[in-house]
Amino acid sequence: MSIFSGFQFRRVSTPIHNLDPRIKFIFVIAIFAVAIMFIELPVLLLLFFLQIPIVLLAKVQREWIRSMRGAAFLAAIIFATNFVFSYIYGGYRFTPSLLESAIALTFRFVVLVESFSVFFLTTSPDHLGLALEQSRVPYEFCFAFTTAVRFVPVLAEEAQTIMDAQKARGLELEKGNFMKRIRNYIPILIPLIVSAIRRSLELAEAMESRAWGAIKKRTNLYELKMRRGDYILLILTMVLLVVAVYIRLYVPIPSITSLLKL
Amino acid sequence: MIEIKDVYFTFPSGVEALKGVSLSIRDGEFVAIMGQNGAGKTTLVKHFNGLLKPTKGEVTVDGVNTRKTSVAKLARNVGFVFQNPDHQLFCESVEEEIAFGLRNFGFDENLTKKRVDWALNLLELMQYRQSSPFLLSGGERKRVALASVLAWDPKTVVLDEPTIGQDHQQKEKLRQFIIQLNSQGKTVVVVTHDVEFVAESNPRVVLMTGGKIVADGVAETILTNEALVTTASIVPPQITQIFLRLTDLGLPTNVIDVYQARNVLHKYLEDRHK
Repeated sequence: MSIFSGFQFRRVSTPIHNLDPRIKFIFVIAIFAVAIMFIELPVLLLLFFLQIPIVLLAKVQREWIRSMRGAAFLAAIIFATNFVFSYIYGGYRFTPSLLESAIALTFRFVVLVESFSVFFLTTSPDHLGLALEQSRVPYEFCFAFTTAVRFVPVLAEEAQTIMDAQKARGLELEKGNFMKRIRNYIPILIPLIVSAIRRSLELAEAMESRAWGAIKKRTNLYELKMRRGDYILLILTMVLLVVAVYIRLYVPIPSITSLLKL
Repeated sequence: MIEIKDVYFTFPSGVEALKGVSLSIRDGEFVAIMGQNGAGKTTLVKHFNGLLKPTKGEVTVDGVNTRKTSVAKLARNVGFVFQNPDHQLFCESVEEEIAFGLRNFGFDENLTKKRVDWALNLLELMQYRQSSPFLLSGGERKRVALASVLAWDPKTVVLDEPTIGQDHQQKEKLRQFIIQLNSQGKTVVVVTHDVEFVAESNPRVVLMTGGKIVADGVAETILTNEALVTTASIVPPQITQIFLRLTDLGLPTNVIDVYQARNVLHKYLEDRHK
């Protein structure tokens, strides 16, 4: 469950936490876009390291490392499948560039997880909802979204309890072959889903009894305002995008293998 | 025999839940672990079957260090019934639910069938054997959860907050049932903050607060010590509260249940008439 805690927001005040969530989101989307644009390892590595100062500035290193560790398993699968299949299609010949492209694809995934992790670690669910509302998304959707985000840690905790309860009944998750291992998760998933559905029904009743949606036009106590930091990040994001598009179109990128003259 | 030696436990989040706990539970004992929310009760009992391993210190169950074995092996001897039955029910029928643990522990089909019947009878669930556990009432679900653990006949049973969400009659039935289990030689550990429940069963009480054990002894001495239980945010049983406020009559204060109170008052009134 460590991957969940890698996305869990903690209320602290740092320059990154205080940024406008809308701009932060644009930044994440920009990173996302750039990561998708390139398949060359040097660029993806650059994107990976580019975000580390942000992590340090937001003082979320520990949580960030946890999310990276959580992503490691999927990353390993991505690496293995890419490597094995390109090896097979490449006529069973190993070349260093084969290895490099598999690493690059893995890093593309890692960069995506990293950027979303940083976003969710430094943005409170309330701010997120506010950002959506002030972007004129209907309130029902905003509410559903923020509730979903808010319940992730609750569900993660519940999953842990369920896992303990089933282990106490002799369930061994790591036992058996691949298919058996997947089936081992049924005793955990069913109670988790059932309780999530129960919880949502209870929440709906509780909200309706508190007159949710009685007034169509809502006002907010807080308004999001762009500050200097936000403008700086916005400009940096734009620069990043423009440079990335320019490089993509006009600059050939050397691969690490060719740089090392392998 | 469960032996806990100077155990410290810190959660990955950094919360220190146990701060030097030592405790030993002999075979056949009936122990109630009490204390306010967050005192570390559940954290402590999760060490009994190895769900949690101590950060520092040692836990041994029948001479086996919990660090050196798996939860599945320990669970065979230490059955754990969780607070919320919804955290473990997942099968299509009550029968299947009870058989789940048995199959995990490698009971053969024949024996599994026998044990399931035995457990269904024990908890009066026979008529629900084909029903879906999700359609049962809260109390019944709790009984299914209990049956699913008792089915493999563990030497020790740990019950986490068994009385929550049960009506008075169910609670009384459960209390009788626990006492019966204990008298048949099972070690029973109950985690609870239901003082009345504990007062009426009179087990050994282990009182916890802030991740430490502050008292360990018979219910009669601990629950009637107002200063002590208040430090653990527990109120003495209502009967005891009456006697604590009647000290001017020269009545004893170590009274915790109705039966005892009746005898004491009866004797007092008789003496006055003489």
